[in-house]
Amino acid sequence: MMDTFAALAHGMAVAMQPMNLLYALIGVFLGTAVGVLPGIGPALTVALLLPVTYKLDPGGSLIMFAGIYYGGMYGGSTTAILINTPGESASMATALEGNKMAKAGRGGPALATSAIGSFVAGTIATIGLAFLAPWLVDFAVRFGPEDYFALMCVAFVTVSATFGDSPVRGLTSLFIGLTLGLVGIDKLTGQARLAFGIPELLDGVEVTTLAVGLFAVGEALFVASRRHQAEEKLEPVRGSLWMTREDWRRSWKPWLRGTLFGFPIGALPAGGAEIPTFLSYSTERRLTKHPEEFGKGAIEGVAGPEAANNASAAGTLVPLLTLGLPTSATAAMMLAGFQQYGLNPGPLLFAERPDLVWGLIASLFIANGMLLVLNLPLVGLWVRLLAIPQPWLYAGILVFATMGTIAAKPSVVELSMLAAFGVMGFLMRRFDFPIAPVVIGLILGPIAESQLRRALAISLGDPMVLLQSPMSATLLGIALIALAAPFVLRGLGRFKANED
Amino acid sequence: MTPDAASGKLPARGVDRAGVVIAAALAVLAAVLVWEASQLPSTTMYGMGPEAMPIVIAIGLVILAVGNLIDALRGNLPPRESMDPKPVWLIIAGLALLIGIIGLGGGFILATSALFVTTSAAFGRRAVLADTVIALLITTLIYLAFDKLLTLSLPAGPLERLL
Repeated sequence: MMDTFAALAHGMAVAMQPMNLLYALIGVFLGTAVGVLPGIGPALTVALLLPVTYKLDPGGSLIMFAGIYYGGMYGGSTTAILINTPGESASMATALEGNKMAKAGRGGPALATSAIGSFVAGTIATIGLAFLAPWLVDFAVRFGPEDYFALMCVAFVTVSATFGDSPVRGLTSLFIGLTLGLVGIDKLTGQARLAFGIPELLDGVEVTTLAVGLFAVGEALFVASRRHQAEEKLEPVRGSLWMTREDWRRSWKPWLRGTLFGFPIGALPAGGAEIPTFLSYSTERRLTKHPEEFGKGAIEGVAGPEAANNASAAGTLVPLLTLGLPTSATAAMMLAGFQQYGLNPGPLLFAERPDLVWGLIASLFIANGMLLVLNLPLVGLWVRLLAIPQPWLYAGILVFATMGTIAAKPSVVELSMLAAFGVMGFLMRRFDFPIAPVVIGLILGPIAESQLRRALAISLGDPMVLLQSPMSATLLGIALIALAAPFVLRGLGRFKANED
Repeated sequence: MTPDAASGKLPARGVDRAGVVIAAALAVLAAVLVWEASQLPSTTMYGMGPEAMPIVIAIGLVILAVGNLIDALRGNLPPRESMDPKPVWLIIAGLALLIGIIGLGGGFILATSALFVTTSAAFGRRAVLADTVIALLITTLIYLAFDKLLTLSLPAGPLERLL
């Protein structure tokens, strides 16, 4: 307990250095500016801005990253409220009530409750992160390679199969990602796999190329393909920006409840913020004293899900920092950010670079505070960004997206891969395959493989090692149940339907 | 994606041909993995060599190909919205232009300007000339900012050498 305070105080000292404060400020500013653009969720925000941080030192870059991450979340909710195009499914609940509030001329209070709720939830959840992380690190130090492998199996299954619409399509996405993860030189033997004699492929598929292709190019193609039918409408922010006493009274409990949903579910490797946001939405709907307002713009329906969304974003940092386990597309991009400096999050990083880890955690608090200040008075500035005409907006997004790749690797092969991933992202959206499992498969697949091979090398090739460790056996059991659950439940559902 | 964009959905009945194509593509991918893995010499004494994981993933892909095929044959896929293919091809053409210009040494400004103009046209703009001027201005500014301020090297062509 005291150790945590000491470590956090030390982290604060790192984060409060003037240069680092400046990095955090640039991060939250860029994060909000990009996150507010329609169709751009936090994962793409981080992917697009990753090349900007190439030249910084790891400490400053990670602090800027934390700002981008939280800024992208704030920006996304502004878009969801004002034009009803949630950049990610976790903002869908916010869009549901928030856009109705904006239409009714209460856009100001909707933005305010979402910003203050995000601040409250983000702060509480970051405190949770600071206290949970050291405890989990103590636990994770004892993990062997087989335990890590089993843990990654759990993450694979929950992210792709358990909570999606269709386990078959989710797993298909995951396996495409795993296949892409095979490309390149095998780290243990130095042999090239799936490179087909193309030298550019020997380094493997870049996570940023995949993410930018799937999210930015894919989204642009998808929006263009259905532009003829849906018209987006920007709701002007009318009336007072400030929340009334009544708004406060109705908001503070949903904020706290949303945090309680968001943080634990985000911290478990259970994939994404959709579940806590929808849990929070349905809970607020049930508990409200104004049920007639739900569906027409109830402030509780914005306050709760927004808090849940931000709390779960901080929650996903728990497995990411302590175990190196990304459980959302955004967390996968954060992991790519660490890897660009050859850093591997996990118990070792806490021991070897405490200044870096705790500086990052401390700067999350700072970023949150900056965002509250940045978002409330400056909301008019962000709204103006939303008014960019769609043709220029998407043309600009594509120029910016390709620019990252051109700056990092200006080769025809890399750009062709970007375009191919873009087409793949378009087809996946069209045929309703989830995108996040591809990114997680690419980044986590090679790690899982090397852990498995390390475990088998230690055991001299005996696969029973996976079941001899109680931890690994339990985790594999959980993965198996999580894999079977959606099929069994669907079978039960059909059985019941037949009975009726 | 928006809750109220339910209009314009195609009825999902009978065999879904696109779904069958997806299943076939997954099976082909699995075959490529197995073929590629068979080309790798097995050198590992204990545990798994580099050829083991591709085989495991290939098996998974085959199972998923069957799963997707069953969904497609039953017509179980989620309904798809109607789409306009023209803008999609326009953006893809823009990406192809970008790749071609970079490959031929035409430089960053020309390449990204081509992408900007085609994308803008795909989203319904008809003022191609005005957009070209805007695109050249914006990309020149980006080039200057990145090349001179951030010292990130972007590929240079005839236009960049004039700066």
